[in-house]
Amino acid sequence: MSASDDRSAGGRADLNRPRQPMSAVIESPAVAPAAESPGRRALRRFLRHRLAVFGAVVVLVFAAVALLAPLVATADPNATSWSAIRRAPSLQYWFGTDENGRDVFSRVVWGARASMMAGTISVVVALLAGVPIGLLAGLVGGWVDALISRVADAMLSVPFLILAIALAAFLGPALENAMIAIAISASPVFVRLARGMALDARATDWVEAARALGNPPWRIGLLHVLPNIVPPLLVQATLAIAEAIIAEASLSFLGLGQQPPEPSWGSMLNSAQRFLTQAPWLAVFPGLAIFLVVLAFNLVGDGLRDALDPRSDKR
Amino acid sequence: MLVWLARRLAQVVPTLILLSVMIFGLQQLMPGDPALILAGEERGDPQVLAQIRAELWLDRPLHVQYLHWVGNVVTGDFGFSWRIREPVARLILQKLPVTFQLASMAFLIAVLIGVPMGILSATHRDRPADWLANGIALFGISMPNFWLGIMMILLFSVQLGWLPPSGYVPLTEDFWQSVSTTIMPAFVLGSGIAGVLMRHTRAAMLTALSQDYVRTARAKGLTERVVVWKHALRNALIPVVTLGTIEFGRLLAGAVLTEQIFTIPGFGKLIVDAVFNRDYPVVQGVVLATALIFVGLSLVADLLYMAINPRLRQA
Repeated sequence: MSASDDRSAGGRADLNRPRQPMSAVIESPAVAPAAESPGRRALRRFLRHRLAVFGAVVVLVFAAVALLAPLVATADPNATSWSAIRRAPSLQYWFGTDENGRDVFSRVVWGARASMMAGTISVVVALLAGVPIGLLAGLVGGWVDALISRVADAMLSVPFLILAIALAAFLGPALENAMIAIAISASPVFVRLARGMALDARATDWVEAARALGNPPWRIGLLHVLPNIVPPLLVQATLAIAEAIIAEASLSFLGLGQQPPEPSWGSMLNSAQRFLTQAPWLAVFPGLAIFLVVLAFNLVGDGLRDALDPRSDKR
Repeated sequence: MLVWLARRLAQVVPTLILLSVMIFGLQQLMPGDPALILAGEERGDPQVLAQIRAELWLDRPLHVQYLHWVGNVVTGDFGFSWRIREPVARLILQKLPVTFQLASMAFLIAVLIGVPMGILSATHRDRPADWLANGIALFGISMPNFWLGIMMILLFSVQLGWLPPSGYVPLTEDFWQSVSTTIMPAFVLGSGIAGVLMRHTRAAMLTALSQDYVRTARAKGLTERVVVWKHALRNALIPVVTLGTIEFGRLLAGAVLTEQIFTIPGFGKLIVDAVFNRDYPVVQGVVLATALIFVGLSLVADLLYMAINPRLRQA
């Protein structure tokens, strides 16, 4: 019923899809409980909205920090200082210093660049690869559809992170390779989503009319189907960015992403683990950054889903 | 039923074939010659290189290599670890019980938290309990589990000294010791799944509660408790059970980082160590094993779905 269901149901979309329109119809009375007072409803909508707005603000702040990293950082993120090793957070070092005397705040700021870039670029690549392939499968049908669907099935049967780890391992450790690995691992979800939506759209009158007029499949896909599937894709893409950021941090944590000494949240957490007793702040701030930005993307995704779903209450 | 099962099994075959091509293809992504890596210090000796190539069938055409590899895999031979010269299949079988214990405990924790929270949330829709449950679920989904793990070690091991920060004692050796070494990682692993299960349960309960039979049950004058627990929950749990099976497969992927942080010698640690040691046959083997488990679980999920939903059996 929701994009999060689609995401987690992964391998079972086919089984679930036919039931969706039905349950949506049945669900509508529950969506509008008569007993709800206008004031309470307003409060609820306000709350829901406010969280999504909060998420959007956090995302924008992180995006700004990532873009303006040289201006925001208070020090060179890679400058070591042997006279300031593992200093606790203070006015001079807001987030403390690490085992090489580097300023943790500046490293977290520069780490935002790696994470935000990896998250968005890999999802954009996954979208650009997955959506056309999915549309093709849905609109052309036949053996093309069968082949594409089975390949997507095969890719989805390897859990996202394990596939990304395996790809990154074979491609070699580098941020670009981690991004490629994440993009490839994230694409089958978009293939499947686009295919399902194209199949739904194909049954509609306007696509039927477009086909009757002699439009070729690529034109139907581009002009008639794509605009109608943008909302669910947008929701899925936002949630996928959250997952991609966690995946990048995980790969960097394992040493398969951003290479030291360049800062990244995942690799900072990895080295922080060795100093948990002496310097716990090393583990707190990079993790907090990951958590906040992932939470923010999830909030925006959930908010977008509510806002864009024509079935949800818009009163 | 048998016809359906046969058809479902036939569907799995092409997926498995594509999967095998994909996993075999991973090797081709690798930069450089595997024989050079294997030869180590003897890499200058062309005779050694030729011998290694012959041993691994690297001197044959690609399709012959593939068929040889698949033939071995089908008979349970996943190749040899380059690093420790042991059969990959044996390594996997050794580590699997550890991860299975961890995953089962995590799943239990996830069900115990997620399902009641989902029910509470659906029956208290748009009230504080619902917001709280949704908040906790969002928290669980957005929390990168490796950071949660580090924070829990910081609190429960470093600060409070209640639980060991790392290590693993098998269940067969000492039950309580085993539980104390696995309870933290199991909670870390389960927390994300708990959030997902909560969302599934909530959505399914909301659908069930708006059905006609629930209205009938209420009209009959049954107490709300009976309506919720007997009538609605039974039907709501159908999708939750099947989706839960899939989530169990997802735990295997989550175990990768969790085991790394808590140094638990399981399946996840196996793939990470293999990645570090460039022990590619082990990486391939683990990916293949995870995929097989996942395909098996989705089959089980479908069977469960048929078993608990009589309406599907006739279709």
